[in-house]
Amino acid sequence: MGPAFYIAGAVAVLSTLMVITRYNIMHALLYFIVSLLSVAVIFYVYGAPFMAALEVIVYAGAIMVLIIFFVMMLNLGPQTAGDEARWLTPRIWIGPSILCLVLLAELVYLILQPTGQAGDVITVDPKAVGMSLFGPYILAVELAGMLLMAGIVGAYHLGRQKKKILHRFLERTTE
Amino acid sequence: MEANFWWVIGGVLFVLLNTAAGLIWLERRMLALWQDRYGPNRAGPLGLLIVLADTIKLFFKEDWIPPFSDKVVFVFAPAVVVASVLMSFTVIPFGPNVVVADWNIGLLFFLAMSSLGVYSIVLGGWASNNKYALLGAMRGASQMISYEVFMGLALMGVVLLSGTFNLREIVEAQRGLWYFIPQFLGFIIFLIAGIAETHRLPFDIPEAESELVAGFHAEYSGMKFGMFFIGEYLGITLVSSMIVTLYFGGWLGPAFLPGIIWFVIKTFVFISLFILLRASMPRPRYDQLMEYGWKVLFPLSLLNLLATAAIKLILTDN
Repeated sequence: MGPAFYIAGAVAVLSTLMVITRYNIMHALLYFIVSLLSVAVIFYVYGAPFMAALEVIVYAGAIMVLIIFFVMMLNLGPQTAGDEARWLTPRIWIGPSILCLVLLAELVYLILQPTGQAGDVITVDPKAVGMSLFGPYILAVELAGMLLMAGIVGAYHLGRQKKKILHRFLERTTE
Repeated sequence: MEANFWWVIGGVLFVLLNTAAGLIWLERRMLALWQDRYGPNRAGPLGLLIVLADTIKLFFKEDWIPPFSDKVVFVFAPAVVVASVLMSFTVIPFGPNVVVADWNIGLLFFLAMSSLGVYSIVLGGWASNNKYALLGAMRGASQMISYEVFMGLALMGVVLLSGTFNLREIVEAQRGLWYFIPQFLGFIIFLIAGIAETHRLPFDIPEAESELVAGFHAEYSGMKFGMFFIGEYLGITLVSSMIVTLYFGGWLGPAFLPGIIWFVIKTFVFISLFILLRASMPRPRYDQLMEYGWKVLFPLSLLNLLATAAIKLILTDN
């Protein structure tokens, strides 16, 4: 782990903090994208280039675009930022923060336990990822596939609508 | 090696930025040719200096940031498109040893960068705080997300045949047969998705000047507009060179010319095809574009993937 890891990690932590504290939701989402990108860099440094690429393609490139797309359509103006500012009072955030700090302390304690050094970084190429996904973990892949299929069928069902033909004489509805 | 590496980066940047600028002239001259007019022919030999005139004009225009816009995002958006496209060029092998990053995830990196390119349209349109720009941004987002899906699926055919994401190895694997023959369907899908990805004319509905003024960049002026402009030309160059790399054997060619020259020649053929498409095709309606994508191209690309995998499996078993 060279300086690349520490820089990417610092960017990830900072940008995630910015996500939480921004009043303007669009700016928060932009910081979230930065956070995802820095996590991708961390994956790359740790020898998982395939995961890094997927992180950017799937999370930063597809899911975040969709979220931004919906936020864009909500047309949140400056008044929403004002609302956010009113909501983010110490009374609201102090409770969760204390709980998070407890978890953080626990995590730091666990990390500092002398449980042997992490070995050298082993680079896992895309082929190896594919071999293990469609080898020992085939069941998980199939289950994920079924879940996605259910999602697609559900989306299709929700999106289906009766087509209404508007005409003086031919007014009727078709499936 | 180190010195060579920096030369490659510098050379690629120099050639690309000049190509993108030169394409302004090339596109206007070729459009003129196909539409039976003269085009820009006054400034300099063959009107070549129109590039210089255009650049000076862009630089000296008032760089106006609308007071109602989200200023930081507004300034940031045009940089995203140029940065993401230029980053994609790092993985393209221009010649036998001319490549910036010889990665084993090269193809995925290209997909990642092209999906990040969407943000320039989305953020530019949103930050402009203008109805037409927002409409353009929404169209751009849905168009590019949809077309990325089958762009990726079409590319998987090439990956199946060559067994690698590394673009240099994909080029090497095409020594016997260029992939546009076994992957003809994939090539067509990638070409169409590439046009949609660069939002060039048949698919330029995010800007659609006849309905949305100028779509997502309606509020942009000066060099910020210039960045979108250059980004579009860089995008054409990128998609053309990706087509050449993946389906037309990259720098492979008869030995009487060096590899890099073959690459440039093939790339320019596809750039010209893009310009010809602009000169000859009408713009589809927005819903037609989405329907065409999801109901025609998506099943076709899945079919292509399935058939390629089956054939590959049969061939390797025997």
